[in-house]
Amino acid sequence: MSPRPGFVLEVDRSTPPTLFWHGEGFRFEQLPEGARVVYPPEPLDALSDPEAAVRHALEHPLGDCPPLSALLRAGMRLTIAFDDVSLPLPPMRRPDIRQRVIEAVLDLAAAAGIDDVVLIAALALHRRMTDDELRHALGDRVFDAFAPHGLLLQHDAEDPGALVHLGMTEEGEDVEINRRAAESDLLIYVNINLSAMDGGHKSVATGLASYRSLRHHHNVRTLQHSRSLMDRHHSEMHSSNWRMGRLIKNVGVKIFQIETTLNLDMFPSQFAYLQKREWEWSLADRAGFHASRLALERIPPRLARQIFQSMLAPYGVTSVQAGEVEAVHDVTLENLHRQQLVAVEGQTDILTMGLPYLCPYNVNSIMNPVLVACLGLGYFFNLYRGKPLVRAGGVCIMSHPTPWAFHPVHHPSYIDFFEQVLADTTDLIEIEKTYEQAFATDPWYVHLYRTSYAYHGVHPFYMWYWCGHALEHLGAVIIVGGDRAAVRRMGFKPASTLADALEMAEDVVGPNPTITHLHAPPLLVADVS
Amino acid sequence: MNARLPRVLDEVVSRPTWPGTLPRPIERRNLGVDYDTTWTRAPWARLVRRALVDNVTRPFVAVATSPKVFGREHLDPLEGPVIFAANHSSHLDTSIVLSCLPERFRRRTVVAAAADYFFDRPWKAALWSLALGTIPMERTKVNRRSADLAASLLTDRWNLVIFPEGGRSRDGWGQEFRGGAAYLAKRCDVPVVPVHLRGVRPVFPKGGRRLRRGKVELRFGDPLWPSDATGPSGREEDARRFAARIEESVALLADEAETDWWSARRRAAAGMTPAFRGPDASPWRRAWALPASARRTRSSRSKSSAKPW
Repeated sequence: MSPRPGFVLEVDRSTPPTLFWHGEGFRFEQLPEGARVVYPPEPLDALSDPEAAVRHALEHPLGDCPPLSALLRAGMRLTIAFDDVSLPLPPMRRPDIRQRVIEAVLDLAAAAGIDDVVLIAALALHRRMTDDELRHALGDRVFDAFAPHGLLLQHDAEDPGALVHLGMTEEGEDVEINRRAAESDLLIYVNINLSAMDGGHKSVATGLASYRSLRHHHNVRTLQHSRSLMDRHHSEMHSSNWRMGRLIKNVGVKIFQIETTLNLDMFPSQFAYLQKREWEWSLADRAGFHASRLALERIPPRLARQIFQSMLAPYGVTSVQAGEVEAVHDVTLENLHRQQLVAVEGQTDILTMGLPYLCPYNVNSIMNPVLVACLGLGYFFNLYRGKPLVRAGGVCIMSHPTPWAFHPVHHPSYIDFFEQVLADTTDLIEIEKTYEQAFATDPWYVHLYRTSYAYHGVHPFYMWYWCGHALEHLGAVIIVGGDRAAVRRMGFKPASTLADALEMAEDVVGPNPTITHLHAPPLLVADVS
Repeated sequence: MNARLPRVLDEVVSRPTWPGTLPRPIERRNLGVDYDTTWTRAPWARLVRRALVDNVTRPFVAVATSPKVFGREHLDPLEGPVIFAANHSSHLDTSIVLSCLPERFRRRTVVAAAADYFFDRPWKAALWSLALGTIPMERTKVNRRSADLAASLLTDRWNLVIFPEGGRSRDGWGQEFRGGAAYLAKRCDVPVVPVHLRGVRPVFPKGGRRLRRGKVELRFGDPLWPSDATGPSGREEDARRFAARIEESVALLADEAETDWWSARRRAAAGMTPAFRGPDASPWRRAWALPASARRTRSSRSKSSAKPW
């Protein structure tokens, strides 16, 4: 049977309670009659032979680009950059698609007799990956061949010697990227396109860039005008990246882009119910869900986190395309939309969402309150094309425990951002103007970013800016079941139950509001008409 | 936690409701007429059933209903397969008929049971098909699958107990015989033995909650062959006419049960057999006219005060 597309359910009296993600746990909520629930499509069938698909893509590139084997020659400098630990989410069960692609590329490079090959994790301002994470993403064969010889690098956006300024765009944006990548005869970028936001010119222009370059598109104005981040044609952030990408191309950096898409098979079989519609849950699903829910309510948060963070997704690869950046990305978007797009008619007064335990910036880490806000308002709110799911002045209700907890190694600047900056103001412009520069250039944060496993000092600012479009658009944000102090610190309203939250929301949007629940993950993009 | 446990268990055990705003997909499940009873005719299952019928069903029927069997001699010339067509007023009918069948028939008999009632849950389907050898029969509409299964079993020399009324009597009177038994008899060219059960309704009527001991009589009639008679047009009678003939035979047995063989025969010859389906009158008059053997008195203790209405 072919996978069923996503759809919008109208809740009636016989609709069973709806699953809400709630961090490392779940809530089972009875939505009011007349509410809508946007369900994601079922996972598309995976390619039966992804390795063959990779080889085919490399030899049949898209756009004005010769086959990869024709681009490779002995004596050349070859750099292979790849997406970091923030993709995919949850991490992919071995073999990771990056491993498959890079092994295929290295087979061709070996056949061409290339000696100078370097692999670079495109971190941007993210934390460095641990050896285990690198080994998981690249596989033992690649890791053991490159890491011991210092040929497996992680991009360092704060190493002046490892960066090169390529020029400025017509909009006055600095383009400064990784020197090794820019000065190679060929840069191959290996993407995992989990969402429409990823890939294209953003891969190099963001993943291999410095703070000096990133600040041009990771700022309040740009992110407030990215509507949405999943629709690059209406996203200021993507427009900026595209300008930079074209400049990178024009100055002579030769990029061979490889993009891959995955299906929505995001959870292992013991959590299969997370991918099913509630009325189709089998006895085993119901038993599994309630057993998990009760157990997760009773075990320490640390243990719950470990259980969830160890979850690996059995993703299937749905497409591989390679060649010229823009031509590749257009096909990638088609494949992503084929999997993720759900048609939704009209906006809603109140948008509800259950936030899971994971966002791109807390893999093997803690989801701190700033990341909760970013996941809900930065990512989930932006899961639309056309118009936002919720109307201007509407209310967003998010469900997450929002603990006042931070990972001291991964998120040191987040702690200070939360304790100092948000305690002072939550206003984006004010924060950007008053605090950003100090955090971005703080030598201690820079040191931790370069030598430890810390996100860059400016990263919490970017996460807060990421909420810019939503905060400007919404009338109120309510978090159900969250730490009250943490929720209030961010300027949101806490609620104990969904019913309370809906009642509070009526004060903002008026009586008898329309309600829409975003049943994600698995990921979907609402095509709102 | 203890207070919540039952709710959680209920949420686990109960199937989620289906949203009314979504069309239900057509799913073929192993239930109803689709239930596969093949396993219940495997040697081990027949052995289990034999043990159950001999050690549970028959002793229970003997204690609860003290059945008296008449007309067993009609079965002597028959070798099988045979269709036993009986009137139906109680859930006990199946057990009584099975208990009263001669062993050579009993060991190889299946019972046509309502697919929507006995096969609507997996556990019910498994229990009744194992314990009594039931097979699912669609009773609300013609179903090729039910008919094909029954016909194949008859061809395979299994005997069939069927209640042609399609359900238990609501008021104690008989109902029109449907054509299923007649159709199968004609299709497989097997005889139909009319069976009449008297006195079962007072023991356990439809809708009854308590079992009361009583005395039951079971009568086997003359076997009827589908090719025995011709219709008014001179052609072989059709299934509908044959079904009517089976009903008339059961009515004759009912009359015999209330009077005696000779009186019933004479009335039958004169076309005066009492209506099997009762008088065509208002419900109270039908209840008034019900023979004593079909009535259920308010209390089993009121034997002395039981009035013959």
